[in-house]
Amino acid sequence: MQTARSAFFHGLRDQVPFIPGFVPFGLITGAASISAGMDPWLSMAMSVIMFAGAAQLAALSLLAQHAPGGIVVLTVLVVNLRMMMYSAACAPYFRQTPRLRKWLFAYLLTDHVFAMLTTRFDKHHVPAHLDAYYFGVTGAMWCIWQASVAIGVFAGTLIPTQWSLDFAIPLVFLSLVFPALRTRSHWCAALAAGVAAAFCIALPLKLGLVAAAITGIVVGALAERWSVVRAGTNPGAQT
Amino acid sequence: MSGMDAWLTVIVCGLVTIAVRASFIVLPPGAEVPAWLVGSLKYVAAAVLPALIVPDVLFRDVVPGDTVNIYRIIAAALAAAVALKTKHILGTMTTGMVALWLLKWWTPF
Repeated sequence: MQTARSAFFHGLRDQVPFIPGFVPFGLITGAASISAGMDPWLSMAMSVIMFAGAAQLAALSLLAQHAPGGIVVLTVLVVNLRMMMYSAACAPYFRQTPRLRKWLFAYLLTDHVFAMLTTRFDKHHVPAHLDAYYFGVTGAMWCIWQASVAIGVFAGTLIPTQWSLDFAIPLVFLSLVFPALRTRSHWCAALAAGVAAAFCIALPLKLGLVAAAITGIVVGALAERWSVVRAGTNPGAQT
Repeated sequence: MSGMDAWLTVIVCGLVTIAVRASFIVLPPGAEVPAWLVGSLKYVAAAVLPALIVPDVLFRDVVPGDTVNIYRIIAAALAAAVALKTKHILGTMTTGMVALWLLKWWTPF
């Protein structure tokens, strides 16, 4: 990474091995938004404005069911909250970055580039031209993501609704949920939220989603406290 | 939701997303992640994802007269088994979609 130019291309090259993983996700996001009944232009605009796969899928599923705007925004906030942790972890790498560019870099921040940055570079010895490197990685990702969503949107308008491509939305979430269930408390949270979501479906304004999520978070925290108490007072209890 | 409202919602969603991402990057150095956030974030993914999955599986495209969509439940159960065993996104999606198509188009009942 001698010059900004070489750092940029270094970033582009480092991104290449990950492309096959993003393309199907983008295609599905595009096609599922059409299958869920979204306007093609709005689907594409959403992808450019948000640039966040899981949050896009959650938002379009709710928009298609005519959920109120406030619920959609709240859901997007909750799905994206983890990015605040990424933002904190990445901040030391951008200390010298000009202010306006910080906002651009924040917009381009994803799970993937967070992992790349924090595992490959030492935050106490930030290399020169890291900005150009970051721009190479995220710029490549942005272009590939938008192109695959656009192809998905176009293909989605050709695919008949009988194919139920919107079913891909819960399937994507299904493949994301199991890696998140690291402990027994996480399983308790997930099961409680799932059961609550089934019973809260009749709640007005799609509030069921929020109610179910809060139920899950509370049950997870309670399960954790309970297991800590149990382990502390009576180790190895079988009850 | 009318077209205008949907556009407005998407724009606000975008603003929320950029605000969350920018938070600590644009804050002055030294700002730390508050403890309440670390604590509450722990179970967010585990709770939100099932809350999103369950209604989409159970109650979409329900045949008139039925309470739940049994095809989607079976297909999702098979996909969940693959997700649990392999943690493979494409494998999970393929299993779920193919299972749903087979159930929808090739079941006699």
